Amino acid sequence: LPGAKSAVPGAQTMEKLTDYKDASSYNNYYEFGVDKGDPVKNAGMLKTRPWTVEVEGLVKKPGKYGIEDLLKLSAQEERIYRLRCVEGWSMVIPWVGYSLAELIKKVEPQGNAKFVEFVTLADPKTMPFVGSRVLDWPYTEGLRMDEAMHPLTLLAFGMYGEVLPNQNGAPVRLVVPWKYGFKSAKSIVKIRFVEKEPSTAWNKAAAQEYGFYSNVNPNVDHPRWSQATERRIGDGGGLFAKRRKTEMFNGYEAQVGQLYAGMDLKKNY
Amino acid sequence: MLNKLLMHPATKPVVFLLCLLPFARLAFGAFTDGLGANPAEFLIRATGDWTLRFICIVLAVTPLRVIAKLNALARLRRMLGLFAYFYVVLHLLCYSWFDMGFEWGEIAKDIAKRPFILVGFSAFVLLTPLAATSFNRAIKAMGAKRWQLLHKLVYGIAGLGLLHFFWMRAGKNNFAEVFVYAAIIGVLLAWRVWNFARKRQARPAVAVRGSEKPLRTG
Repeated sequence: LPGAKSAVPGAQTMEKLTDYKDASSYNNYYEFGVDKGDPVKNAGMLKTRPWTVEVEGLVKKPGKYGIEDLLKLSAQEERIYRLRCVEGWSMVIPWVGYSLAELIKKVEPQGNAKFVEFVTLADPKTMPFVGSRVLDWPYTEGLRMDEAMHPLTLLAFGMYGEVLPNQNGAPVRLVVPWKYGFKSAKSIVKIRFVEKEPSTAWNKAAAQEYGFYSNVNPNVDHPRWSQATERRIGDGGGLFAKRRKTEMFNGYEAQVGQLYAGMDLKKNY
Repeated sequence: MLNKLLMHPATKPVVFLLCLLPFARLAFGAFTDGLGANPAEFLIRATGDWTLRFICIVLAVTPLRVIAKLNALARLRRMLGLFAYFYVVLHLLCYSWFDMGFEWGEIAKDIAKRPFILVGFSAFVLLTPLAATSFNRAIKAMGAKRWQLLHKLVYGIAGLGLLHFFWMRAGKNNFAEVFVYAAIIGVLLAWRVWNFARKRQARPAVAVRGSEKPLRTG
């Protein structure tokens, strides 16, 4: 899946890319198991064709989009983003996709649409851990409208110039680079425009640990560990590589800081 | 038969080497880049897992000895207990090194601030005097009764270790493995309570015969 170099500010970090092998074998995708090595082993059953994404709620043009139509909806771009997991590790991944804003503009949200909710696939036949009680299935996520419209918010179909591997959220996923990784919903089947802040899977499971915003923030610790530093997967020195300092908004403060002007980020974690 | 095998002079060294296998595998993986994308996390978790496993193993010695009449197992108990300590020291070392870069101030802050780390660290601290008094001379110096009382701490340590693991997994609601360890430790401790009650019941008969000697429980 080729993508042209993106002109969106912040979309081309020059940092060393994470090895494809690490990025596609060390994943959190609980529908396929809770160990990070599980998704690559168990995601083979997932059927990504045919695939439709339903757009519904407070929009003038609701409808069902086949994956082939979505792929052609806008020009595919390559975006090299840092990915910071809430667990304290990070990667640098070249995604292929286009700004979610392109789709949002097409479906014309109504004036009272304040949030966007993402619903992901929960198919017990192809996802062996959907029956588990770890989370309330299906996995849902959400963004405020201005976050969803931000040019860095990516609707991704590929990575490393190829279509997404199943374990990375095929056939279509979100990538929100200034938020912890779990905010970027995988294998999306429904995009819903709503007035009230939608509930999100991790917030429902542990509200005091995972807030709605979940912006990368070195100054707001997770209740069980510090978020001040991160381990970059594949950093030179391997085991003995020093952890890096985590940057505010994962280094995208210049691009997204104004979205949160005046907000107490300790309260809105 | 099994007792005889357990008394064989080669048994201790063989068990010693078996107990070192997990360490050998981890060390080999660490030097050959064979621990996956995040080797630090792998080492920290694996050494924690092995600590819990050795606590289960050492707690199983007495029930097995009594139920299966494998008295010779007692010979191995000290070594198994010391391996639990060996793996918890590695666990703490991996955390201090790979996660905290040996920044002692940060480590102290982390222990004070995060309940699950505080609980794990307490378990390590409590296990230390047990490891330190595992030599025959320590038993003699302390007296068997006091030594035994001290080593009963292991029940509390097992509980703290479980709580540490439970809390670590709580944020992700991922309790399957925690429950397996809890069930094993629960059964091993419940057997002790049951065994203690059973011996207690037998006590009045002894008292009638005028014996003032306290009964020894394992």
